[in-house]
Amino acid sequence: MEPINIVNSIITPLNRKNVDTDQIISKEFLKRIERTGFGQYLFHHWRFDEQGNEIPDFVLNKPEYRGSEILVAEDNFGCGSSREHAPWAILDYGFRVVIAPSFADIFHNNCFKNGILPIKLTEAECDEILTQGLQSPLKVEVNLENQTVTSEDGKVYNFNIDPYYKQMLLNGWDEISLTFQYEDHIKAYEDKRVAY
Amino acid sequence: MAKNIIEKIWDSHVVYQEAGKPDLLYIDLHLIHEVTSPQAFEGLRLAGRKVRRPDLCFATMDHNVPTKNLPTINDPIAKKQIMTLAENAKEFGIQLADMGHPDQGIVHVIGPELGLTQPGKTIVCGDSHTSTHGAFGALSFGIGTSEVEHVLSTQTLWQTKPPTMEIRVNGKLGIGVAAKDIILAIIAKWGIGVGTGHIVEYTGEAIRGLSMEERMTICNMSIEAGAKAGLISPDQTTVDFLRGRRFAPNDEKFEEAANYWLSLASDADCSYDVVLEINADEIEPIVTWGTNPSMGTGVSQTVPTSADYTSESDKAALQKALAYMGLQEGQPISSIDIQHVFIGSCTNSRLSDLRTAATIVEGKKVAPGVKGIVVPGSWSTKKAAEEEGLHQIFLNAGFEWRESGCSACLGMNEDIIPSGERCASTSNRNFEGRQGAGARTHLVSPAMAAAAAIHGHFVDVRNFVKQEAEPLGVKVNGTY
Repeated sequence: MEPINIVNSIITPLNRKNVDTDQIISKEFLKRIERTGFGQYLFHHWRFDEQGNEIPDFVLNKPEYRGSEILVAEDNFGCGSSREHAPWAILDYGFRVVIAPSFADIFHNNCFKNGILPIKLTEAECDEILTQGLQSPLKVEVNLENQTVTSEDGKVYNFNIDPYYKQMLLNGWDEISLTFQYEDHIKAYEDKRVAY
Repeated sequence: MAKNIIEKIWDSHVVYQEAGKPDLLYIDLHLIHEVTSPQAFEGLRLAGRKVRRPDLCFATMDHNVPTKNLPTINDPIAKKQIMTLAENAKEFGIQLADMGHPDQGIVHVIGPELGLTQPGKTIVCGDSHTSTHGAFGALSFGIGTSEVEHVLSTQTLWQTKPPTMEIRVNGKLGIGVAAKDIILAIIAKWGIGVGTGHIVEYTGEAIRGLSMEERMTICNMSIEAGAKAGLISPDQTTVDFLRGRRFAPNDEKFEEAANYWLSLASDADCSYDVVLEINADEIEPIVTWGTNPSMGTGVSQTVPTSADYTSESDKAALQKALAYMGLQEGQPISSIDIQHVFIGSCTNSRLSDLRTAATIVEGKKVAPGVKGIVVPGSWSTKKAAEEEGLHQIFLNAGFEWRESGCSACLGMNEDIIPSGERCASTSNRNFEGRQGAGARTHLVSPAMAAAAAIHGHFVDVRNFVKQEAEPLGVKVNGTY
């Protein structure tokens, strides 16, 4: 997993709430057996019409937001299905950070396993960033070590993050290797485990 | 100290605990299906790792499997994914209910049927509807593919203990009101984010009176309320359901297990971080009109109008949903015509669901212009239904009777609702494109779906329920 600390980028303002994982990656693309190559299908039915042409109004298709590494959305981002293909698509498309007032639990968890930083800001803060980003491209700097998002006009937004997951992202740790260090504890648990 | 069931199960599964870290939890049962597992097995192979406890894993195919003309799979990519699971199960020594196997079915239907699902277990699966198994008083939740790989390798997961929530359903349900209506009413009342970050226990008189299959319907849709998991404390109903199941403890061990299971029920004086209450008698059959499961209302009501919302964001969401659904503000729910009916999915494809729907359609015909399919949740359910003659009732009414699978719940297989057409569906998600690009989904109970099939539009199923229906399983006395 790629470590992450500082990301400097314009934001992609996706002013929608309850963005579900069916929208992030539609079911017809879940049949692949690889982890890679999902970026081309991100938000497929919002990005492309039935002939496969880009829908110019959709934010990802606007030239001013191309190359953005920070996605900003509204409440309850990533709700619905557990499909990890959703964060895979987000990462493969080029996003490293998703900012929203709240995230659905499974999606939130899946981000940490893939080197994506999910940042919770307040609804008012997200609104402010979204509004500015929609008016004209807004550049921000995300700093995980300091737990800050700094907009180009110098405004600083602080965020909280679980210290365990922070270290995992900063170091790009493989969680399975970490867990193997607890083998004695797992074995001891299994020895006394009651099972029917 | 008094504990609720969530705390009891959590505390008894902690392998390792340290301040500043999530808890390392032991996982008792890992259910596996074809869509969310291939990358996890590939990860194991690349790292030269083994499956730690293949005996605690159970795999089946459900999302991609065709529900007719078996064993042909027309889609080569789906076929590859299905074959990949078969190869992985063989390579890593995991028990598999393969296509055509008598145990095959929707993973959340077969776990309980086989008795793999038991009170007090921690159960995970790379599928958000793993919450279903909470009906037995198991702590069960959906995980991503990286976590699937983690469980395969270590039989554990790092988890931060979430706050707990009690949702109490007081009183008795009305005649013709289903478990599906309870959970849709809960989500409509408090929204799809109400449970986010929480584990829910459902309590109260109305819940206590439900059968195990009805409890599964409630817990199944916990994720649609945003909850990590949803549980119901075990009781005699739970014990009776499990007795004699293949993977349940055998005779001499069963009583010991049953006593342990019953001891897991929440203590009388336990507490929760959040408590919500709803009265069963205020719940009527629900129909969703929008593009998330909270956008639902009683069948006697109308589609909301902008005036019903205060925030601009909610007004915009209403307009966006209505545009997608092709509905008007204020339109009566009963005026919505449907072209498809889907009775199936991990929410509502069990024997009692099929019995209820059969009661409604018996001796009637599907309305002209409506296509109905009935997809039993497992081969075993299908066999049991056929032994009762339910298939003949559906076929006589003009429904198609299919093989088991996830089918039109998620449109990954060949069962897809065409763009712009409308489906009364007993499934769990009405997101844009869920049943097919441009498809319009209305979530309802099996009885409501069956009634809509006969009429071609939504009708209040309470008008259908007659005393003579009782032998086929519809509860008509309202007491549950």
